[in-house]
Amino acid sequence: MIRTLQERGVHQGIDVFMECTVVGLLKDGDRVGGAIAYWRETGRFVIFRAKAVVLATGGYGKAWKVTSNSWEYTGDGHALAYEAGAELIDMEFFQFHPTGMIWPPGVMGILITEAVRGEGGVLTNSKGERFMWKYLPDNKRKEFAETPEESQKWVDMVVAGKQTDARRPPELSTRDNVARAIYTEVKEGRGTPHGGVWLDISFQDSDRVKKKLPSMYHQFKDLADVDITKQPMEVGPTAHYAMGGIRADPDSGASTVPGLFAAGECTGGMHGANRLGGNSLSDLVVFGRRAGMGAADFAKQNAQWPSVNEDEIQNHVHRAIAPFERSGEDPYAVHSALQDVMGKYVGIFRNERDLEEGLRQLLSVRQRIENTHVEGSVLFNPGWHLARDLENLAVCAEATCRAALLRKESRGAHSRTDFPKEDAKLAKVNMSVKKSQEGMAVSATPCPQMPDELRKLFE
Amino acid sequence: MTGDCTFKVFRGDRSGGELREYKVPVETGMVVLDAIHWIQSHAAPDLACRWNCKAARCGSCSAEVNGRPKLMCKTRLDDFPQGEPITVRPMKAFPVLKDLVTDVSSNYAMAKKIPAFTPQPDAAWKWYQNDIDRVQEFRKCIQCFLCQDVCHVLREHNKHAVFAGPAFFVSAAALEMHPIDGLDRTPLLKEALGIGYCNITKCCTEVCPEDIHITDNAIIPLKERVVDRYYDPLLRLWRKIRRLRAGAT
Repeated sequence: MIRTLQERGVHQGIDVFMECTVVGLLKDGDRVGGAIAYWRETGRFVIFRAKAVVLATGGYGKAWKVTSNSWEYTGDGHALAYEAGAELIDMEFFQFHPTGMIWPPGVMGILITEAVRGEGGVLTNSKGERFMWKYLPDNKRKEFAETPEESQKWVDMVVAGKQTDARRPPELSTRDNVARAIYTEVKEGRGTPHGGVWLDISFQDSDRVKKKLPSMYHQFKDLADVDITKQPMEVGPTAHYAMGGIRADPDSGASTVPGLFAAGECTGGMHGANRLGGNSLSDLVVFGRRAGMGAADFAKQNAQWPSVNEDEIQNHVHRAIAPFERSGEDPYAVHSALQDVMGKYVGIFRNERDLEEGLRQLLSVRQRIENTHVEGSVLFNPGWHLARDLENLAVCAEATCRAALLRKESRGAHSRTDFPKEDAKLAKVNMSVKKSQEGMAVSATPCPQMPDELRKLFE
Repeated sequence: MTGDCTFKVFRGDRSGGELREYKVPVETGMVVLDAIHWIQSHAAPDLACRWNCKAARCGSCSAEVNGRPKLMCKTRLDDFPQGEPITVRPMKAFPVLKDLVTDVSSNYAMAKKIPAFTPQPDAAWKWYQNDIDRVQEFRKCIQCFLCQDVCHVLREHNKHAVFAGPAFFVSAAALEMHPIDGLDRTPLLKEALGIGYCNITKCCTEVCPEDIHITDNAIIPLKERVVDRYYDPLLRLWRKIRRLRAGAT
C-alpha cells in the first residue's frame, strides 16, 4: 500500500521534502500561516509559507523504552499543535500491543503481527496454561470459544474462507485485554525466561505458516534464531499506538486552530479508548483525504497570504540551536530517563500515587531536557535532532500523565487499579489538554454528539 | 558472543573522512545497528546513520559491513569471527553526506522516469494467481538500494545518469509483467534506463535482503524483450516456428 501511494505521488508531481524536520508552526494572529523547519542534511532552516497546514506526524511511542515505534515517533505534530494553541484530547489512552518481541535485547518491542493469533496462534504461560480464557471480560465471554476444539474449528474454517458457527479463540480478545493479561501473568511469576509469555503457531502446517506469515518467519529466524514453524515465540506488551491527539473535525480534519488540520495517529477521538487492529489504515485513508480537502477549502476561502513574523522565526531558530550553546546533559541519557519514568509510572496499569510521582519526575526530566547539550556540527547530527524531539516528547508524556490522573475509571487502554471499573458518567467526556498561561491545562469536555444519520445505524 | 568488539566506523562528510575506532560491549543476538546505536548514545552522539524499522522491512540502514553491502539491522555480530574488528562504511555507489548517510536522490530521479502502473483501457480486472505471484516477487523490494550499491556499472563506472540499476529494473519488471498494465516500457528500458549496460554478473541478486531473483526474474526477461524488439529478427522468426511446432504436437 505504501509503495502504491508512493508511486502515485511521485508521478503526480507532489513535492516531497525529505529529511526535513518542522520545529514550529508560524502564526498570523489566530491563524496558522506556515511552518519553520530544518534540513537534517545541512542543518539549515527553511520557512514554508502556507494558507493551511495538515499535520500527519504519527504517534509518540518513543516515550516508552519498549515500543514498536521508530525514532521518529516523538509526538512532533501533537506538540506543534499544542504549542500553536490547539486542543489535544484522549491523551490518557495509549495502546500497548500485546505481542512484541522481547528477546534478544536489540529487537525488544518490535511488533509481532496480530495475524499470528488470527492464524490460530495460542498464548501460554511458563506452566503451559492457555491463560486467555481466564481474562475474558464477563460481558464478552459468550463471544469467544469455550473449548480449545471450538477455537481450533474457528481457525480452520476462517482460514479456509468458510462460514462457521464456532466462536473465535480467546487470544483474539481486544489488545488492551490481552496486553493486561500477559502483563499480569508475568508479574505473578508465570513468565518465560526473558519475561514474557509463549505465542505458539508451530502446531499449524509449516508451509502454511511460511506462506501466510513470511515476515514473521524471517524476523524470528534471522534475529532470534527461532523457527516459528517448530518453536514458540517469546512475546510481551509493547507501546504501539496513540489513541489521543489533536482534536480534529471528522468532516474536514480541522483542529481548533484556524488553518491547522490533522489526520491519522496524531489526531484524537477516532479510536475511542482502544483502537482495533487494522483500523488505523482505514482511518488515514478516509480522514487523510478529508483533511486534505478540508485544508484545500480553507486555503481557497482564506486566499490572502498570512503574514510572517520575523521575531517568531528568530525565536524558533534560537530555541532549536540552543543545545549547541548551553552546557548540560547528553540528550540520549535524558531520553532514557523519560522512558524510565513513563514505563514505571504511566504504563499498562496506573494508579493515583504512581501517576502523581510520574508527573513529578516528568517535570524534573523536562528541566533536564531544557538543558541538554550537544556536540558537533549542524550537519546530519542525530544528537541535536533528538534534543529538539525530546521537547515534543515531554509535552506528550506530560499530557498523557495529566489526563490519566483526571480519568478516575478504567476504560479501554486506560487501566486504573484504584478505579478498576468503567464510570458511565466519564463515557460522556473527553479529557482535553490545552496550553495556558499557567502551563498545561487539563479538563473534562463533553464528547461530541453523534450525528443523527449515524445514530440511526446503532438503533 | 560477549565481551567487547572493536568497530571501525567511517566518520566524515563530502570533503572526506576516516575510520574511527569504538569499543562496544556485545550482547547476545546483537546486530550491527545495535552497535551503531550504542556508539551514538555513549561515544559519538553526532554519528549520522539512517534507520527506521529495525526489522529488515524499511530498507533505511544500508551500509557496507566489512566491505559487503548489508542491512545493518539484519547483520548479526555472531556472524563475524570473534576478536576481530568490524568495519562499517557508507554505501560506496552514492555520494556520502555524513558518516553512514549517503545522498540517494539519484534514485528518486530515476523513479520518476518509469511511468506508473497504467491499466489497459478495456481491462477486465481479473487475473490468475500465477500472474500475481510473478509480480509479487518484485513488490517485495524494500528500496534499500544494496543492489544499486554493489552494481559495478554504478559503483565503479558512475553511470547513475544513464543506467537505472537493478532496483529499477525490478520496479519496471513489476509493471511490465503485470497482467493488467497496458503500457510498453521496452523503448524506455533500452534508452533512458540503459538496460544494455548490465552484463549479468548477478552481484545484485546476491546482496538482495528480500531474496528477489533480480537478474534471473527481472533483468534477463526485460533484456530479452529489448533484444527481441530491436536486435534479433532471426530469433523472433525461430520462436515463431517453435510456437507453430508446439501447436502442432
